[in-house]
Amino acid sequence: MKLSTKFLKDYVDVPVDYQELADRMTSIGNEYDSASPLIPATDLVIGEVLECKPHPDSDHLHVTLVDIGTEKLQIVCGAPNVKEGIKVIVAKPGAVLPEVTIKKSVIRGVESNGMLCALFELGLDKKYLHEEDINGICILGKDAKVGDDPIKYLGLDDEVIDFELTSNRGDLLSILGMAYEVGAIYGNPVKEMDTTFKEEGEDINKSFKVKVNTKDCTLFLAKSVKDVVIKESPNFIKERLIASGIRPINNVVDISNYVMLETGQPLHFYDADTLGGELEVRNAKEGEKLTTLDKNERVLSDDIVISSHGKAIGLAGVMGGLDTEITNNTKNIIIESAIFNNVKIRMTSKKILRSEASNRFEKGIDPNRTYLAIERCCNLLEKYADAKIQTGLVIFDQENKDDKEIEITFDKINKVLGLEVPHEEVIKIFKNLQFEVKENKDTLKVKVPSRRIDISIKEDLIEEVGRFYGLENIVGKLPTVPLKPGKFNKTLREIKHKMANLGLNECLSYALIRESEFPYFQTDVKEMVKVLDPMTEDHAVMRYSLLSSLMNIYTYNKSRGINDIHIFEMGNGFYKENNEYKEEMKLAALLSGEYKLGFETIKFNFYDIKGILEDLLDFLGFKDRYTLEVTDLPKELHPYQSASIILNGKNIGIIGKINPAFNKDDIYVMEISVSKLLENRVKGITVSEISKYPTILKDVAFILDKDIVASNVLKEIKRLGGKLLKDIQIFDYYVGDKIDSNKKSLAFKLTFNDMNRTLTDDEVMEIFDKIIKGIESKFKAQVRDK
Amino acid sequence: MEEYMEREDIIKKLESDLESIKTKNDLQTIKASYLGKNGIVTNLSLKMKEIPNEEKKEYGKFLNLIKEEVTTKLNDKEQELDKMLLDMKLNNEKIDITLPSRRSLKGSIHPMTRIVEELEDLFVSMGYDVISGPEIDTDMNSFTKLNLPEGHPARDAQDTFYLDKDYLLRPHTSPAQVRTMEANKDKTPLRIVCPGKVYRRDDDATHSHQFMQFEGLVIGEDISLADLKGTLELFAKKLLGEKTNVRFRPSYFPFTEPSCEVDVTCFKCGGKGCSLCKQTGWIEVLGAGVVHPNVLRMSGYDPEKYTGFAFGPGIDRFAMFKYGITDIRQIYTNDIRFLEQFDRKDVD
Repeated sequence: MKLSTKFLKDYVDVPVDYQELADRMTSIGNEYDSASPLIPATDLVIGEVLECKPHPDSDHLHVTLVDIGTEKLQIVCGAPNVKEGIKVIVAKPGAVLPEVTIKKSVIRGVESNGMLCALFELGLDKKYLHEEDINGICILGKDAKVGDDPIKYLGLDDEVIDFELTSNRGDLLSILGMAYEVGAIYGNPVKEMDTTFKEEGEDINKSFKVKVNTKDCTLFLAKSVKDVVIKESPNFIKERLIASGIRPINNVVDISNYVMLETGQPLHFYDADTLGGELEVRNAKEGEKLTTLDKNERVLSDDIVISSHGKAIGLAGVMGGLDTEITNNTKNIIIESAIFNNVKIRMTSKKILRSEASNRFEKGIDPNRTYLAIERCCNLLEKYADAKIQTGLVIFDQENKDDKEIEITFDKINKVLGLEVPHEEVIKIFKNLQFEVKENKDTLKVKVPSRRIDISIKEDLIEEVGRFYGLENIVGKLPTVPLKPGKFNKTLREIKHKMANLGLNECLSYALIRESEFPYFQTDVKEMVKVLDPMTEDHAVMRYSLLSSLMNIYTYNKSRGINDIHIFEMGNGFYKENNEYKEEMKLAALLSGEYKLGFETIKFNFYDIKGILEDLLDFLGFKDRYTLEVTDLPKELHPYQSASIILNGKNIGIIGKINPAFNKDDIYVMEISVSKLLENRVKGITVSEISKYPTILKDVAFILDKDIVASNVLKEIKRLGGKLLKDIQIFDYYVGDKIDSNKKSLAFKLTFNDMNRTLTDDEVMEIFDKIIKGIESKFKAQVRDK
Repeated sequence: MEEYMEREDIIKKLESDLESIKTKNDLQTIKASYLGKNGIVTNLSLKMKEIPNEEKKEYGKFLNLIKEEVTTKLNDKEQELDKMLLDMKLNNEKIDITLPSRRSLKGSIHPMTRIVEELEDLFVSMGYDVISGPEIDTDMNSFTKLNLPEGHPARDAQDTFYLDKDYLLRPHTSPAQVRTMEANKDKTPLRIVCPGKVYRRDDDATHSHQFMQFEGLVIGEDISLADLKGTLELFAKKLLGEKTNVRFRPSYFPFTEPSCEVDVTCFKCGGKGCSLCKQTGWIEVLGAGVVHPNVLRMSGYDPEKYTGFAFGPGIDRFAMFKYGITDIRQIYTNDIRFLEQFDRKDVD
């Protein structure tokens, strides 16, 4: 909302300058975007062109001599309309204009001491100007006094504060609303609006009917005005419209806008001679067509329309129709002042056009202003368009126009604000707001006028007290509440920290990904979660696997020359199942490149990512409860260097190398469902007793077929070893020249111990031999180097 | 007298024998030549039987004395040799301690996680529970039950990603308020915070379509704006430093009444005025207020009995300030060179 301070001062006295006003308004919750003079230019003066000669070295420039009262300046001017005897706006050397700072200069060999200005050069938007004002300099009237301020002469000595209002303050989309707000700050009354006019002729109700056939219109007034004379508006109207950001057109159209600015009530004028004797307000039929003012044919659905003889002639509250608009030939007018359903207007304006009118309807209208606006309109049309106001008013009214009475206690106000506002201060605030207040001991009865559509409950009144008393007076304290321990999910936090301690960098990426990336790393592809209206293709669906994000991060870094990448991310994966949206907490990790251990450089391989998985799961208490199984692998993974992670018979994730068909680099990844993992219970730590008796260690290496997996051998050794075999470690793995090419060697270190006695060599050897024989026969293995 | 002369000679000879040796083998040889078979001292002992009885006692004394003396000399030499050899060995083991160490792989914790954890710790220490709500929620929980009925003009500002007519990506963490209030069947006082990802149709240099919010809600008897201010002061001082002040400005949010915008002392200039704070000395960081009675009522709380406060800052910019991040996109780009800088603990 662009507020003209000149316009504001028509209705309330403002004891401070515009900048202070803007800051004070901000402190009561009405923020501003900018505040500046309407014409942000300095050192301007009215001058008279005494001489005007062609420039000796140019076919379009002129050399002028201009009297500015204090001196006579030689100024080179390029405007086609410059001539002797005219009064002009002179920017003196040193003048700062929006686009340029004026300096003494030499133009094609001729000295120039200033500039003769066009209006747009002073910062006035071209859209407000006539053609001649754009093509040439501004020629002032003969009454302009040399040496005076041209801005004042033109009535453009205004300031504009551009407010960014909160959406509840529809009342501030009017000069009157602003006047009440500013008046409340400084305790100044709001001046009365001139709404007087004479009426003549037959009552409109005899010849004109309005039928409202929709619940989306709650108030509709129509007034007849005859014999208007269309011409240019007086300067004060044009200036106030321009300062408010509205382009002046002609007196009649300008008055409808002017009254909307004053009252907040949008008006619509119909050329009465294009209407029949009635108007209907209804919802459009599906597919109904209407050509609006801007000459576009609109296809309507449930929008509110004004119709005449069954045919839509206007989109209520948004835009009028072409057929009934005011033209330069219009004589007789029907004025519409109405209230339409704000949600409906919002829907229509979103589709078609956001306008000053629709914005006001969306934020809500005071029904008393609907009447006021008609009266004010008649007043101005009579004065500035020679209109003959016709008797009577067509009224359809279902609105409640009474004040709202709200009861509140001083105690409640102070309890919510956490302040001790003195009683008289509270009363003063309400009185300054022009709310009627009745005090009864500790209770206040406040009558809130209908213009404050944002106030309906006592909390709203508390806010008013807070706003004007000053929230800065609140002294912070902590809530007085019972002590209790706070809870949070420590495990999720510890998982992240464990991963970081294992050497991975935590990433945070966008959950919205490309649709084409969704199926990656899934075997049975889930139903995806898509947003209806994505901003870009890159962020169109919610990811299920975090690995596609990590792969993108890999590619991003790789393309910047970073090859050693060890990262993880924890976050939700999303999918749809049985028409329900599902979220699952996931953890993904990726390794690629190499790492250094002293002077050793180690290339990441499968066993690094496996180590990270095992370290994490063991840390979380799942030691010995999970296995890796080569089943259910997504095609993005290498079929012979990957596995599913199985815990308690349930697949909780995948681990392995990226399939070279997907990305040819050596990349190792894992992803587990943290949600599924944490469904499993973990027992607390209970210490087991430490044996007092010595342990006996035995080493053995087997030569085995390459296809026999170590875990199966381990399992068998464990079975054969019985309860005295406490631990088995694989300490060597060998393939190479020393054994057959289809064989491998695995070396095991076995630990024997008993809690209650010292074991004898003989009994250990007996078990050891049994293990060797068992493995040899089960796996067709041979003991190596024996 | 004769025998004493001999003793001195033996010691002298021993001393000269020992003087030149360098190894333990040499020492062993010398030891044998005195104390071994046929050794000088051994031979002296063998003479005992030739000594007349009356002199045997005297001779015994002499023998013990010389044995003791020889043994001591030999032991001393042995110790001297041991020390010398150890010194040599240590000297040979000398390393260059400035060569690179053998370290385990280094990881890091993302700056946003750090900010979330720091705030969680602060609020948990004051008895707040940390809640995590779903990122896909209903229109009902995200708007309607927060006093933003359909068609409400403030819904525009949210620019929400809808999934269908009922479901959306949460545009704020506030649905967690609704969920927690509704789940609390006894309608008793509450203290919760809810950190999490939120999504808005908004993408430019200062906004990203996904960011982190940190919702807070307290419901109790006589909870006031002063309680909110004190709480946010703690919050701001924790993240932005002890000198940070908090300022309330009245504003409007449908879910709170009264509502306020909360400014903190500009973290760039410390309040003196700079380009970041547009010379005001303050930076707007969040919206907050007293929970609207409609919001309480819709979730089953009696607004006559309880009041509450709620706040919901986006916290990405706190991370930007704390770690000197200049472009919000860095937070979500995951450049390894950026991430690696978070490989140490924060200052407490």
